[in-house]
Amino acid sequence: MQMPPLDPAILARRSEIVAALRAIVPGEGVIDDLEGMRPYECDALSAYRQMPLVVVLPETVEQVSTILRYCQDNKVKVVPRGAGTSLSGGSMPVGDAILLGLGKFNRVLEIDYANRCARVQPGVTNLGISKAVEHEGFYYAPDPSSQIACSIGGNVAENSGGVHCLKYGLTTNNLLGIEMVLMTGEVVRLGGKHLDSEGYDLLGVMTGSEGLLGVVTEVTVRLLRKPTTARAVLLGFPTEAGAANCVAAVIASGIIPGGMEMMDKDAVKCAEAYVGAGYPLDAEGLLIVELDGPPVEVDYLVERVAEIARGRGATTVRVSNDEQERELFWAGRKAAFPAVGQITPDYMCLDGSVPRGRLVEVLAEMREMSKKHHLRVVNVFHAGDGNLHPLILFDANDADELHRAEEFGADILRLCVRVGGVLTGEHGVGIEKRDLMGVQFTEIDLDQQMRLKCAFDPDHLLNPGKVFPQLRRCAELGRVVVHHNKLPFPDIPRF
Amino acid sequence: MTSTIKPRSPEELRQAVEWALNEGTTLDVRGQGSKIALGKPMVCGQVLDLSGLSGVVDYAPEELVVTLRAGTPISEIEALLAQRNQMLAFEPPDLGPLLGREAGQGTLVGAVMGNLAGPRRLSAGAARDHLLGFSGVNGRGESFKSGGKVMKNVTGYDLSKLLAGSWGTLAVLDQVSVKVLPAPDQTRTLLLLGLDDATAVRAMCAALGSPHEVSGAAHLPGKTALRIEGVAPSVEARLTALRELLIETGARMEELGTLESRVFWREVRDVAPLKAPPDAVVWKISCPPTEGPAIVARIKALRPLAEAFYDWSGGLIWLALPPSVDADHAIVRGAIGVKGGHATLIRAPEAVRAAVPVFQPQPTALAALASRVKESFDPKRLFNPGRMS
Repeated sequence: MQMPPLDPAILARRSEIVAALRAIVPGEGVIDDLEGMRPYECDALSAYRQMPLVVVLPETVEQVSTILRYCQDNKVKVVPRGAGTSLSGGSMPVGDAILLGLGKFNRVLEIDYANRCARVQPGVTNLGISKAVEHEGFYYAPDPSSQIACSIGGNVAENSGGVHCLKYGLTTNNLLGIEMVLMTGEVVRLGGKHLDSEGYDLLGVMTGSEGLLGVVTEVTVRLLRKPTTARAVLLGFPTEAGAANCVAAVIASGIIPGGMEMMDKDAVKCAEAYVGAGYPLDAEGLLIVELDGPPVEVDYLVERVAEIARGRGATTVRVSNDEQERELFWAGRKAAFPAVGQITPDYMCLDGSVPRGRLVEVLAEMREMSKKHHLRVVNVFHAGDGNLHPLILFDANDADELHRAEEFGADILRLCVRVGGVLTGEHGVGIEKRDLMGVQFTEIDLDQQMRLKCAFDPDHLLNPGKVFPQLRRCAELGRVVVHHNKLPFPDIPRF
Repeated sequence: MTSTIKPRSPEELRQAVEWALNEGTTLDVRGQGSKIALGKPMVCGQVLDLSGLSGVVDYAPEELVVTLRAGTPISEIEALLAQRNQMLAFEPPDLGPLLGREAGQGTLVGAVMGNLAGPRRLSAGAARDHLLGFSGVNGRGESFKSGGKVMKNVTGYDLSKLLAGSWGTLAVLDQVSVKVLPAPDQTRTLLLLGLDDATAVRAMCAALGSPHEVSGAAHLPGKTALRIEGVAPSVEARLTALRELLIETGARMEELGTLESRVFWREVRDVAPLKAPPDAVVWKISCPPTEGPAIVARIKALRPLAEAFYDWSGGLIWLALPPSVDADHAIVRGAIGVKGGHATLIRAPEAVRAAVPVFQPQPTALAALASRVKESFDPKRLFNPGRMS
C-alpha cells in the first residue's frame, strides 16, 4: 500500500510540534513515546501499520480547535480517530501526521425523549447510545457489527450501516445534527434537533466523508422506539439461486423485513460448528429474515414470508418461537466472521454492493474467480440491500497467497461495479479501496469530489492518503478554462 | 427577452453549459418551472429547460429503484409506481396551487432540488434520503456522476445529499436514481378533536414515541391527526393501542378510512389549508417538535392575524401572515429562539422576496463554507445565480 512520501521538514520539526501540542493539551494527552503510540499504529485493517508522528487526545472542543488551527498554520497533517475499528484503514496513522484521538469525548450530553433524539460526544460507542436509552424502550437504529466498540463519531465519518439498514436506514438517515471543527479551527454546527438544512446539506456530505473534511465534536442522533416484537425466520435452500430469488420475491411482494441476511454453505458450516445455532447443514443458501412490529403484524408477515420461501423451494423453514431462539438464529450470523477465522490462518473481508437482481450471477462468477486464484471464498451478506461481504481465505505468511488474495479481492470489487454496483457498501474506501476508485469513477468525477474537499481543507491536511488515488493541488483543480467566443452555439433547440 | 435552450440529450445539456460558460452568461435551470416563484428572484441570461430530457430509463420493482431523466414529470413516475403498488415514500408535495399555479405539475428532480418532503418525513425521510445517485453537468461544463443505484453505498462523498436541497445552484442533473418503497395496503387516521396547540404537540410526541409506527402527525386548528399505515390486521391493532395511549388527553376521537385519509394527508402535504387568501405570506419553519407551539405563540403575540398549522409532530410549522413589505421576517426568525431551527419564505410577492432573506441566514463561518462549496461545483456562478442567497 503506497502512502504519500513523508515530509522530512515535518519529521525534523517533531519535537517542536510535540511541544506545541503539550501547550494545548496538558498532562498525558500527548503521547510521543514508541511504547505509548503502539496501540494506535493501525485500525481494524490490521494488515497495514504505521506509527504516527505523535498522538494527541484532546478533551475539549477548544483544544480540538486550537490543535487544528495550529496544524493549519504549520501545515501539519492530521489523522482523526474514533475507536479505530475501521475496516478500510480510515484511521490508519500517517508517519508525518499527528493522530487526533477523540476517545476522551465519551459523554452522553442530553437525552430528549419528547423530541426523540440524543446529543452525544463523538467517542460514545454506537451501542452505548442504545444502552443509555433502552430503559425507556428506545434505541439507536444503525447497528454495525462492531457496535460494541465503534464510536458514533466514526459512524458519522463512515456512514456506517448494519443488518437493519434496509428498513431503518444508514447513519445518514438517522442523524439530526453535528458540531464540527474545520482545519481553520472554526467551529460549525450543522442541524440540531430539527429536520433538514436551511442551506446546503453539509451534514449529509460530512456523513461518510471518512475524516477528510472536518473533525466531529458532537452528534445529535434520532432515537427510535423499539418494535413491540421481532421474530426471525430461518430459510434453507438447496441452491444459492433459490435463496437469492427468495430475497427478490419477498421485496417484490411489498414486505420490507427488519433484516434479511444470506450465508452460503461454507459460512453455514463454520457458523454452526462455532456456535451451534441449529442451522441446516444441507442448505446451499441460508436466509435469516427478521420481521418486527406489533405481534399481529409479525405473525402475519412471518406466514407470508414462509409461504414465499416454500414457493421458491425452501427445504428448511423455521420460525423463532421466543426471544432466546431469535437470538440463537442471529448468533450464528453475528459470529460468522470469527467462525470463518477458525478454519483459515487469515481472511480478507470485502464489502461491495450489487443490485439484488444480479446476486445469483455475481455469486457464480465469484466461484469461477475462486478457482482462478486458487483461494477459497465464503459469503456472508446483507442480502436485503445487496451488500456483499465475501471472505477470502488465505495465509498472510505466504507472500504469494497475500498477493493473490488482494488480486482476488480487487477482481470481486470490479465485478460489483461491472454489474451496476459499487466498491463499498458500508466499510468505506479508506486506503483499502483507494486505488480502485478509478474503476467506478472517471477522472472528472474524482476531480469534482476533490474540489469539494478543497472547500473544506485547501491544503489536504486532513486524513491524507485516504480515499483519493491521486491528490491534485487545489489551486490546479480550481482553475477554470474559458474559451471566450471560441465555441459556436451548439445545435440545440432554442426559442 | 430571455431565450430558452432545450437540450435533447445529456451531451447537448453539457454543450449548453459549456456554451454558457464561454459566453459568460447565466442559466435559469428549470424542469416545468412549477416552483419558480420560490426562492430569491433571479436575473439570468438564458433559461435552461430540462423538459426535453424526460422519461423513465429503468424501473425494477424488486430492486426498489427507479432511474429517470431529469425532466420527467412527477405525475408520470407516481402513476408508474402505482401500477406496481409502490410509491415515493417521501411524499413530494405539490406546491403548485399554494404558489398560484395549477395542480399536478413539477418534475421529480425539481422536488429533489428543493429537498421536499411530505408528512412521512418523520418515518421515511425527505428527498435527500431517497436520491441514490445522479449524473449531471457541473459549472465547468463537465459531465460527472455520483452515487449509484444500490441502497448501500459509501464510495466517495455523498454528493446526492448535497444536490438535494441545492435548488439547482450546484449542478444541472440529467439523470437520477431514486429509492422507492411498497405502498401500504391500508391508511387510516385517528383524529383527536379540540386540543389546543401545546396539548396536541404533547399528544403527537407521545404517539411518535410509542411503538405504534405513526407515519404522519399533524395538528390543524381543532383537529389533531395521526396516520397509521400497513397491512390490515396491524393497522387495526395499532389504532386500538393508540386510542388507549391517548385516552388521557380527554379528546373526542374519530377515525378516517383509507380514502378519506388519502385526501386529508394530501391536503396537509400540499399546505392546502393556507392556500387562501392568495396574498397571504407563507412561511415554513423547521424546529424541534416540542418548540412548535411556543414559536407560534411568540409570533401570534406580535401578529394576532397569523394562522398556523403543524406537521411532523410539531417540528414543521406552516405559517400564514397578512401581506407586508418585509414578510415580517425578523419576527418569524426571531421567534425561533435558541433551541434551533430555521424558517424559509415559501410564498411572497417577488419584490418582497427580493428584499428579504428567503432562506435562513447562516453564521459567518458556515456561510463562508457554503460559498466555497458552491464555488467547487460552479465557480463562475452560472446556475440559478442568487436563488439561495
